[in-house]
Amino acid sequence: MSRFCKSILVLALAGASTAALAFDNYGGVGRPATAAEVKAWDIDVRPDFKGLPKGSGSVDRGQELFEEKCASCHGSFGESNEVFTPLAGGTTKEDSKNGRVKGLSSGELPQRTTFTKVATISTVFDYIQRAMPWTSPKSLKPDDVFAILAYLLNLQEIVPADFVLSDKNIGDVQKLLPNRNGMTTDHGMWPGASAKKGGIGNGGKPDTANKACMKNCKPEVLVGSTLPEYARTAHGELADQYRSFGPVRGTRTLGPEAAKKAAEAGTLELATKSGCMACHGMKSKIVGPGYAEVQARYQGQTDAEDRLVAKVKAGGQGVWGSIPMPPNAHVKDEDTKTLVKWILSGAK
Amino acid sequence: MVDKTKQPGRLRPAPENFLSEDQVKAVGAGRRDFLRKSFLAAGAAIAAPLAARAAEGDPNILENPAWTTSLGQPVATNPYGMPSKYESQLLRRESPGLARVGGASVSFCPLQGLFGIITPSGLHFERHHQGWHDIDPSKHRLMVNGSDDSLLKKAKVYTLDELMRLPSVSRIHFIECGANTGLEWGNVAVPTVQYTHGMLSCSEFTGVPLKLLLEDCGVDYKKARYVLAEGADGSSMTRTIPMEMVESGEVFVAYGQNGEMLRPENGYPLRLVVPGVQGVSWVKWLRRIEVGDKPYATKDEAVHYIDLLPSGLHRQYSSIQEAKSVITTPSGGQTLLDKGFYNVSGLAWSGRGRIKQVDVSFDGGINWQTARLEGPIQNKALTRFNTNWVWDGSPAILQSRAIDETGFVQPSYGQLRAVRGTKSIYHNNAIQSWKVAESGEVSNVQVL
Repeated sequence: MSRFCKSILVLALAGASTAALAFDNYGGVGRPATAAEVKAWDIDVRPDFKGLPKGSGSVDRGQELFEEKCASCHGSFGESNEVFTPLAGGTTKEDSKNGRVKGLSSGELPQRTTFTKVATISTVFDYIQRAMPWTSPKSLKPDDVFAILAYLLNLQEIVPADFVLSDKNIGDVQKLLPNRNGMTTDHGMWPGASAKKGGIGNGGKPDTANKACMKNCKPEVLVGSTLPEYARTAHGELADQYRSFGPVRGTRTLGPEAAKKAAEAGTLELATKSGCMACHGMKSKIVGPGYAEVQARYQGQTDAEDRLVAKVKAGGQGVWGSIPMPPNAHVKDEDTKTLVKWILSGAK
Repeated sequence: MVDKTKQPGRLRPAPENFLSEDQVKAVGAGRRDFLRKSFLAAGAAIAAPLAARAAEGDPNILENPAWTTSLGQPVATNPYGMPSKYESQLLRRESPGLARVGGASVSFCPLQGLFGIITPSGLHFERHHQGWHDIDPSKHRLMVNGSDDSLLKKAKVYTLDELMRLPSVSRIHFIECGANTGLEWGNVAVPTVQYTHGMLSCSEFTGVPLKLLLEDCGVDYKKARYVLAEGADGSSMTRTIPMEMVESGEVFVAYGQNGEMLRPENGYPLRLVVPGVQGVSWVKWLRRIEVGDKPYATKDEAVHYIDLLPSGLHRQYSSIQEAKSVITTPSGGQTLLDKGFYNVSGLAWSGRGRIKQVDVSFDGGINWQTARLEGPIQNKALTRFNTNWVWDGSPAILQSRAIDETGFVQPSYGQLRAVRGTKSIYHNNAIQSWKVAESGEVSNVQVL
């Protein structure tokens, strides 16, 4: 049967059944996915564990894997706050019993960890499986994911040290999550059907009700917070984050001295990035001459900049001894010029 | 002497562009009369030999510059055009200390210097969860499947070749990260509108309504009430989207952005557009759509992008970006150089539809006046507002307040904190206040 006839037939069937819509609507566009293709990509795991692969892993195996693949970012005990926010910690036995993390409301919690927040164990499994480890996502086998999750649950004192987590018992572990009752969907910010109509939330009713008052709306202005001085300067020179013409200027927050320093730090970074600092020191010789020595030698020579730019690009030998300087064609012309100017003006 | 404060629309005299740093400082310190006196002096300093002629007028007018008296560059000198060399300062920037890994960080859009409502694609804010890639479009695929077979007649695969043959729509929408202004829930933390509100951009997107693809696969709308969208990046980011939004025709899979293909940082070659909903749901590098009968509680809707309330409960699946606005000129980190006329300009938007009205206050919210909305005013898009202001040199607190077509009025910090406390990270749509000091320096303050 031709594709055309087939779609007519489908349309006819669709007419008979109100639930079904016409499909295959665009001849030649799209093709059926094979079972293997769907299996390869459909890796999501839902709160009801739909999509969960079969498998198991022990706390011990998880500890090994975690040390090898996860600890460099998360710390050996999931406690590190160096790269990402901590995974484990912050809950009590009482929380596990109640399914609500008390520290979230009492203010005793210094920082929210993954396990102080998450209400669904499937979420953690799903994310480790799809996105971890950070630099080689999707490299873990299901057994590895079960093991790593078992280790995290043990760190959180949810399961004992001899525990083996599997697709069979993960549902029991769900019932022990410290913040399993900690979510609410009673709000107006879900853009679909309300809970009453089988969806989520209150149907879009906002939780604030400001009025559009126009005159004498309040007796006084209460300023609750102003910008701290450290925050004024923490984002660099604001004057350089705005145009130098127009109705306003960026405020000079660092002053000309600091701005010069920032520019120099930028050039030093460029020198490092371009590979210069591997051989040159700021003051004295490492492999090649120090920048202070270069400046001293070329001081007052009007053509120094052009000569040095050419030398950096092509490389050279003899002026400073027998070790040659390699050509640096990889450095952009404008960067070479910036670097040479910086050196000749007394690089810092 | 003409009283400048009564002269709206006055043009700034050109020599101001040549104020030295010290001179700008002098103005900033309150010596505003300096400008008047320096008008002729500045001209003279620039063109000393022309001192005699300075009295005749601006040397930029009296002497034709090089660009008026020489041959310019030929066409296609820059086959892909770039901004002027004088436009090097408005860049995407990170906020120090916000994230420690560039691959899971944010770069903020420089709203302080943008005009109108469209964000230049190169300045669109970035938020990546596991870094970005430049994906080969010939190898990119979009799969549509069901959480089980009964929800869909046929799981299908589409190539870019195929998607781009389908009927397309082009629509202008804002995209705002749910964590925009999140640094400011507790107190003032950052100096400029780039960092307070810069996880916000607006583009014209072009693509295919998702509804069309789901129906092409024979979706059963009765059973399939949720959609899971998944990216092709390392994190394969996932989010749950309600089928009601898909059925409305609003949600589309986009390949175009502002007339060209999406930029790699924004999801090249395919991303989801979910108008009015926080940016995290606009899954980039979109590779898979699954229809399901239940929500998914993915990492970014069960660990992050959940709103902590004073009760200790977290709001889950909070997705809509409620009505919000901000004045971009003048705004924090800027300095007004002189008393007199200013066009106060800003942006307003709502995830619930069109902006109906924006009011501006100059006294910290005691009195308000209604601003001009620059059309066309579009559904779930940024709307530019402007209003006239003559600054008399005394301290002021500028605020803007958006009202959307549902009648919702943007809340104050006091009102927002009364229900949500100060520990949430997401969905801060409080009224922003900028304090103008006598020196002309504008700074970030919070008015309760």
